[in-house]
Amino acid sequence: MLYREAGQFKTTYAADQQLFPIRQDRIGVITLLVVAFLGVPFFASEYWFSAILIPFLIFALAALGLNILTGYAGQLSLGSAAFMAVGAYAAYNFQLRIEGIPILVSFALAGLTAAGVGILFGLPSLRIKGFYLAVATLAAQFFIVWCLTKFPWLSNNSSSGVISTQQLIFFGHELKTPVEKYLLVLSIVVVMALAAKNMVRSTTGRAWMAVRDMDVAASVIGIKLMPTKLLAFAVSSFYCGVAGALYAFCYLGSVEPDGFSLEMSFKILFMIIIGGVGSIMGSFLGAAFILLLPIFLDITLPFMADLFGLPFSSATVSHIQITVFGALIMFFLIVEPHGLARLWQIAKEKLRLWPFPH
Amino acid sequence: MIKSFKPALSAVALSLAMLSQGAAAAEEQFFPLIDYRVGPYGSNGQAFYGGFIDYLNYVNLKEKGVNGVQMTYEECETEYNNAKGVECYERLKGKAAKSAGPLHTMSTGISYALIDKSAQDKLPLAMMGYGRTDAVDGSVFPYAFPLVTTYQMQASAIVKFLKDKNGGSLAGKKIVYLYHDSAYGKEAIVALNAEAALNKFEMVQIPVAHPGNEQGAQWLKIRQEKPDFVIFWGWGVMNQTALKAAQKVGYPRDKMIGSWWTGSEEDVVPAGDAAKGYMAATWNVAGKQVPVIADIEKVVYGAGKGNLQDKAKIGTILYNRGVSAAVLSVEAIRKGQEKYGKGKALTGEQTRWALENLNITDARLKTLGATDLLPEIKTSCDNHEGSGKVKIQQWDGAKWVPVSGWIEGNKALIHPLFQASAKQYAKEKGITPRDCSKEK
Repeated sequence: MLYREAGQFKTTYAADQQLFPIRQDRIGVITLLVVAFLGVPFFASEYWFSAILIPFLIFALAALGLNILTGYAGQLSLGSAAFMAVGAYAAYNFQLRIEGIPILVSFALAGLTAAGVGILFGLPSLRIKGFYLAVATLAAQFFIVWCLTKFPWLSNNSSSGVISTQQLIFFGHELKTPVEKYLLVLSIVVVMALAAKNMVRSTTGRAWMAVRDMDVAASVIGIKLMPTKLLAFAVSSFYCGVAGALYAFCYLGSVEPDGFSLEMSFKILFMIIIGGVGSIMGSFLGAAFILLLPIFLDITLPFMADLFGLPFSSATVSHIQITVFGALIMFFLIVEPHGLARLWQIAKEKLRLWPFPH
Repeated sequence: MIKSFKPALSAVALSLAMLSQGAAAAEEQFFPLIDYRVGPYGSNGQAFYGGFIDYLNYVNLKEKGVNGVQMTYEECETEYNNAKGVECYERLKGKAAKSAGPLHTMSTGISYALIDKSAQDKLPLAMMGYGRTDAVDGSVFPYAFPLVTTYQMQASAIVKFLKDKNGGSLAGKKIVYLYHDSAYGKEAIVALNAEAALNKFEMVQIPVAHPGNEQGAQWLKIRQEKPDFVIFWGWGVMNQTALKAAQKVGYPRDKMIGSWWTGSEEDVVPAGDAAKGYMAATWNVAGKQVPVIADIEKVVYGAGKGNLQDKAKIGTILYNRGVSAAVLSVEAIRKGQEKYGKGKALTGEQTRWALENLNITDARLKTLGATDLLPEIKTSCDNHEGSGKVKIQQWDGAKWVPVSGWIEGNKALIHPLFQASAKQYAKEKGITPRDCSKEK
């Protein structure tokens, strides 16, 4: 009864086409945004901003990028971290080499650069599919990292290949505190997530899903495979590129090519698998699960150990954390292979019938 | 969610603090330990941080802390992962606001990520033998300290050692630089190029891709080049592979000289007899003949407060390195207390001043029982390195034997390179350098 659409009539096309057609969803999203923009800055501590919220938003954005490619367009990719690296280094170089360029323009250009590189590595998708394509995108992972170490120009001839990002100047004001950085990241992520939500229900998004479900059938009904697949690669890399730029500028402050390792690509892949393949919300849920659970265990395990008087060293805690984490992932995938987003969907369906399930 | 977390967090922090030091003393000096004991380099971290913590406990047990101030610490596991390092830093930062010893991350990546943050939060970052080397110029990097020595000074010292060994000249000789193709391996190139130009030797650079367990092609090239020496900048599994490969192609091991991250027991023992005669630079000696190391074993392990589970690591290169890092840190606390009040814990800002005004002479090292454990150190605003000296040691098949005294790199050649790089950094970041002549 709580989540009931009965009585919500749409009388105009505009009302029927809005992003969140159900009133409860609209209220929910608006409340969430209000809390995120106005509530959180008052309550959260610096630790929450710098160590939890900012990386969560950035990884959610990267997961969103991969979800567009893998979840909606069905093209498996293992190169997300590499596209993030492209974004990070591109934003650094645009800031460095173009005098007075606004930071947001740099981020957008970084996304475009990553999109270009993404198209390049998306070309094999025209001929190969599935696991074979995943292996082909692995090439991006290795090539881009190699390229960033090989050509010192990209890191402004830094002797170690590590770049240290410039100040974040936003309309003449330097963003220094974690709260300001959080708000910047949040705004960018919100805009891009809403854009993605809109995109996947448009013609483009429906074409992606058609290609994902069966590309031969899609081409029979007149969808051109090449532009559709390459567009998916471009958009996905754009998202990853912006996430990479934010990762460098708003989170770590200094990055090296080796930091964008295969491990990170896997992490992003796990995020969408756990969160829900082919779901915008799933990207956020997955990022939260993969990022926050280890930290949560890290903080609670010593506390529990203390409570029961167990002699835990920090190494033991770390090992237990890895074990618990692995076990939880297995549990989730067995109980709900469609990810956390599916659980959310089930919850909504239950709420529709509550309190009288039949 | 956020609100309900805060009490849990503080409860955890409190219980940890109680756990780490037993009864609470009035004044305590807190060391945030952003360390690692699991992950790919876990065994190195165990030895290093084991030594570090053992020395802190040793000071507590032996002399009841520095002027009555107890040394406390809290560990946070990073697994050598940069993002985790930042998370740990943010977690420990709150506790470090009251009193803070220097941060030792033993990871170049994490140090890089923390350089700006730590300067903003006024917490000193010590990078002993790793990290951002141009932070030697303290006018641009007030809170970063590449203490003792840097990769560049080490490379220069190795060249000096080879030069002395070769009758005072390297003209016309050929030296191969075999390196781990990463930030770490590349740092030394600029210094070696400068040395090659100065000493007129030919340098051949041969990179090895991470992780370095495949070096067939590289050693084929070395055999063709027939170099007089191989300077070797390896890491982890790459080191033993190189030693075995050298044995296979018949390259004499006593003409190979490694950096300080290629010269621990973890590197040579797995290589077996292929490692015999191999030399490496180091800024701390191995062994229990150093009085303080033997005393730690007696006092700390005697009281059952030892940090290492594997006692065989006591006296290894990395364990002693951890102890020497702790010696420096505790000496900084002592120095700071002289200025800011004895028996009082130092804030990060005060520790920073102390690190910049260290003066640890051989006489002082002798009093500490750390004679020759590490070189003399005297830091200042424009020299955060403070020493630049390394020793060359040789593996005799069972232990490391020092084969030289302390060798200082060519400071006049290397330090201007740091200054130029620091200047570029200041320009990129919009930092106005401090005037070092006005610092006291």
